[in-house]
Amino acid sequence: MKALSISNLKKEYTGGLQALKGIDLEVNQGDFFALLGPNGAGKSTTIGVISSLVTKTSGQVKILDIDIDENHSLAKKKLGVVGQEVNFNQFEKVGDIIRNQAGYHGLSFKEARENAKYYMQKLDIWDKRNEQARKLSGGMKRRVMVAKALVNNPELLILDEPTAGVDIELRRSLWDFLTEINNEGTTIILTTHYLEEAERLCRNIAIIDSGEIVENTSMQELLTRLEEETFIFDLKNPVKVLPKNLGYEAVLENPQKLKVTIGKGQGLNTIFEVLSNSGIQISSMRNDTGRLEELFMGLVDSNLNGSER
Amino acid sequence: MTPLEQYRALLTILYKEIHRFMRIWTQTLIPPAVMIMLYFVIFGTLIGKRIGQMGGFDYMQFMIPGLIMMSVISNSYSNVVSSFFGQKFARSIEELLITPLPHYLILLGWVLGGVARGLLVGGIVTLVSLWFYDLSISNWTLSIFVVISTSILFSLGGFLNALFAESFDDISIIPTFIMQPLIYLGGVFYSIQLLPSFWQTVSLANPILYMINAFRYSILGASDLEALGFSINSAIFMIIAFIILFASICLWFLHKGRGIRT
Repeated sequence: MKALSISNLKKEYTGGLQALKGIDLEVNQGDFFALLGPNGAGKSTTIGVISSLVTKTSGQVKILDIDIDENHSLAKKKLGVVGQEVNFNQFEKVGDIIRNQAGYHGLSFKEARENAKYYMQKLDIWDKRNEQARKLSGGMKRRVMVAKALVNNPELLILDEPTAGVDIELRRSLWDFLTEINNEGTTIILTTHYLEEAERLCRNIAIIDSGEIVENTSMQELLTRLEEETFIFDLKNPVKVLPKNLGYEAVLENPQKLKVTIGKGQGLNTIFEVLSNSGIQISSMRNDTGRLEELFMGLVDSNLNGSER
Repeated sequence: MTPLEQYRALLTILYKEIHRFMRIWTQTLIPPAVMIMLYFVIFGTLIGKRIGQMGGFDYMQFMIPGLIMMSVISNSYSNVVSSFFGQKFARSIEELLITPLPHYLILLGWVLGGVARGLLVGGIVTLVSLWFYDLSISNWTLSIFVVISTSILFSLGGFLNALFAESFDDISIIPTFIMQPLIYLGGVFYSIQLLPSFWQTVSLANPILYMINAFRYSILGASDLEALGFSINSAIFMIIAFIILFASICLWFLHKGRGIRT
């Protein structure tokens, strides 16, 4: 069963702007799926249509095989959405906001109270339950939004840039939490500007640009398309000059940090050997961040060039 | 959603609405009481004595049903328009739109919230009135029916206004420039029988006149309507017809997503 199935979805705003030009998208149940794209690409419009915040011009959307037009109520029961911006009454108490959301889904008072407590504890906002939401930090408000989206135990959770503007600690704890609920069976669709986030969390990915899906594949497959990859080597001892004829494009960023670009087909073994023979010892090695970013930029640029033609 | 789930969802909206206006009771409940008290002191006690009888009743006795109705109308309207527009403005309306709630339940929840505030303020104003005048009610059933149905109608009006409003200015234009004149010219403070024939005919085009007079009839047992050849039934029919019309328009625009979806 598909958690989400979109076919030929179009959205034309008043004034003629075509935000979605007939997109097709399928997300498997249990998947952790990334929907990426530059600003104005159509990500939020797509999410808006799925969650009934945007009226589609044409096309079909199914949530767990339920058409949102034919059985709106049942489809919505299975959905949880974390919007891009804070969308709750900030003058209300945190606990009330989350319990009320459960009430809108028709949960009993007891279920609402239990679910709200469970997710507030999970997201470390239980001690804030009696505070007015406006007094919370930006990161805490994000947690409230996630708890609110989960309080009806949705089978499909959509998060529109959930970690935008939050600190690293919170981002990482949110990543762990999302991974946990995904492992428990919740399908997650994530849009983010942090490509590192998508790379770390998501198994499959679609890239949307100018209202069209320009790529839809697995994260693994997409990353293997990299023509070259950049690694950072942390050196044990400071080095002033690099040995000649390394055979790789290498830059000494500082005396203890070496950046090496390895082309497709080139192995890592040789670089270790060359460095070792030159008396350079490596203490650690890591991927330079931005692998997905490079691909993303390539795909979006090629789409842009194509549309200009 | 099952009927039980719909009932729970409706209670949630209603609870939230009541909680909202109770939380800000100094803005929602106290001002109408103070304003009505001033009306009684100035128009009832001070000026009323000089006016004497109005429509066959003491001036204060004549004024009380109109003042109660005025409070119910304006509070039902303002509760819904400010609450729903506030939710639109803060985008918290999205909380509801992403849930399985059917449109009629959203509308019903807000209307019941408006009715709750209208009745509560109406009750407060009645209590204040009793302090100034020993009032007896001629027809309890009719008075309850008229006050609730009028409250429903103006809650629907507030909802419609909120759907179309795009700024806070838009939610004050209709109450200020349309509703207040219609209320004041609807016979709250005077009998339209005092007006020249032409202005009597003009006044009959004011729907609020029928509501105020139907309520006055239910309290005092007499009103301008019969004197002008209209039955109370025609006023009741008109209120019900307007409720059906406004509810249908609200549901249509909700379905279309007017003001709430892009």
